[in-house]
Amino acid sequence: MAELRALVGVKRVIDYAVKIRVKPDKTGVVTDGVKHSMNPFCEIAVEEAVRLKEKKLVKEVIAVSCGPKQCQETLRTALAMGADRGIHVEVPESEAERLGPLQVSRVLTALAQKEKAGLVLLGKQAIDDDCNQTGQMTAAMLDWPQGTFASKLTLEGDKVTVEREIDGGLETIRLKLPAVVTADLRLNEPRYATLPNIMRRTTRQPGRWEATNPSLHRPPSVVLQPLPVQVYHCTYS
Amino acid sequence: MAAALLRRGGRALQGFWRSQHSKTEPKPEALSGFNFELTEQQKKFQDTARKFAREEIMPVAAEYDRTGEYPVPLIKRAWELGLMNVHIPESCGGLGLGSFDACLITEELAYGCTGLQTAIEGNSLGQMPVIIAGNEQQRKKYLGRMTEQPLMCAYCVTEPGAGSDVAGLQTRAEKKGNEYVINGQKMWITNGGKANWYFLLARTDSDPKAPASKAFTGFIVEADTPGVQIGRKEINMGQRCSDTRGIVFENVIVPKENVLLGEGAGFKIAMGAFDRTRPLVAAGAVGLAQRALDEATKYALERKTFGRHLVEHQAVSFLLAEMAMKVELARMAYQRAAWEVDMGRRNTYHASIAKAFSGDIANQVASDAVQIFGGSGFNSEYPVEKLMRDAKIYQIYEGTAQIQRLIIAREHIGKYKK
Repeated sequence: MAELRALVGVKRVIDYAVKIRVKPDKTGVVTDGVKHSMNPFCEIAVEEAVRLKEKKLVKEVIAVSCGPKQCQETLRTALAMGADRGIHVEVPESEAERLGPLQVSRVLTALAQKEKAGLVLLGKQAIDDDCNQTGQMTAAMLDWPQGTFASKLTLEGDKVTVEREIDGGLETIRLKLPAVVTADLRLNEPRYATLPNIMRRTTRQPGRWEATNPSLHRPPSVVLQPLPVQVYHCTYS
Repeated sequence: MAAALLRRGGRALQGFWRSQHSKTEPKPEALSGFNFELTEQQKKFQDTARKFAREEIMPVAAEYDRTGEYPVPLIKRAWELGLMNVHIPESCGGLGLGSFDACLITEELAYGCTGLQTAIEGNSLGQMPVIIAGNEQQRKKYLGRMTEQPLMCAYCVTEPGAGSDVAGLQTRAEKKGNEYVINGQKMWITNGGKANWYFLLARTDSDPKAPASKAFTGFIVEADTPGVQIGRKEINMGQRCSDTRGIVFENVIVPKENVLLGEGAGFKIAMGAFDRTRPLVAAGAVGLAQRALDEATKYALERKTFGRHLVEHQAVSFLLAEMAMKVELARMAYQRAAWEVDMGRRNTYHASIAKAFSGDIANQVASDAVQIFGGSGFNSEYPVEKLMRDAKIYQIYEGTAQIQRLIIAREHIGKYKK
């Protein structure tokens, strides 16, 4: 069994099937009461990580989400799909709107180093902002190689072969681990969360529960459900 | 401008109001007062069931209906996802879900195809007597095997000569030493030809004056027991992919270990099972009705007549409004019935109301959907004619519409008597 840890970023976005409405004051879109779910490309990234774990190429899959409290739902979906642990980097709701790829990649960089991850798997972009920046920025900050728009991923020892979908067609590159890979649509077909997994992840698993506070700006919040989820608080500038 | 106001005026107030009106936050389980919110886990269950129904059942449902073939791949898949056998307790490897959670899943599956939903429901119904009345060994043996492999089971009570009149059952079980010998005939058994074992109700007290509450016994019968003769697959009006058969029991020997609770307890067990499964049948009918409503609405938004879309004609929009009313109310009815039984209360009154109402409206809504489609609705290339054919059975099985009315009347009037 490999010692590789995979860190997978998941973003909570407005569900793809929802009709988006602009707020009357034109400051953004309506998010209150609107159905949210995991970004489809993040689902594909989680699926890939779980498949690698099933092939015994990855030891542990850690899901990460940055945002307000509701992100824990998204993390639980990742857990129900097969991730081992979830890390919620809690950002107060008031500041969540200003959260962008630059901030998220800083968080992912810190976490990748802290968790000693060898592979960071992200979706290629989020369907709400379509930035397509977080993966690339994270790789740059970590000074790791990157394989973006992956439609095929093969892990062999300490190398990962990535087939990328680019404008000109397909490009195959080989990266030395640790590396950052962003998932494109055709990488895989994400599995359903089976009912037993949903139950295990939302109720019964006692899991490791820590609330640590790297930036010391706010006391950790108390969450009463037992979850294999850790919460970090951060404010950022 | 507005953002500046917010920053200046009231971060605190904004935070306060947000916490009051935050609709996206999952609320904790409500312990007091009415609550129409689902828990996060329930929403996730519903999501999985919905995804399965829309992506895997719907594309193939029409073909299974045409051929009448038993949807084995879909059943295997439902079993893998944990959508089947949800009532089986955790000690036997199941999820141990209550009726409410099961109803959420059932409604979503029925939206895809009620034939498949009935096949899966047949399992729940067959298992229910064992779940409520089985002893440790019986549960481990017969429920345990359902969670290890995708097996089916069946509920064998109805006979050619007795449907509603359960007290008129003719199938006999005679005690001979440590065994019972069963002779008789059952009819309209869902999953009859595919089941691994049956729950069977047979008469053990040969005294014709014995009250129904003491004369019948519930047995678990392995389907491969010698003497079990499975009839041909019946070709029905609707839910055609579900396997419905007659079964003849000729000198079928059942060990006494397979008696549920004890001799004479059968009637109560059989009826007790219905209280748990009636809300599920109602949920299935609502799933069908919702599908009919969705299909009709989508069509009415596309089709034009007399220069306007169908929805812009009041006759059609009124029809849709009435369909919507019926679906919403039927949904609330089954939810109440399921919730009552999950609370540990006797839910006969609510369960019968839910089943009677849902069965009736499913037929009305499906028929109205065909009406909205017009000529196309009558045609097999469009989905609604299947819905109309599938809907009829909801007024018949698991207690006919008339029996439900008898029950409701009895329960209702009983409240007024001193």
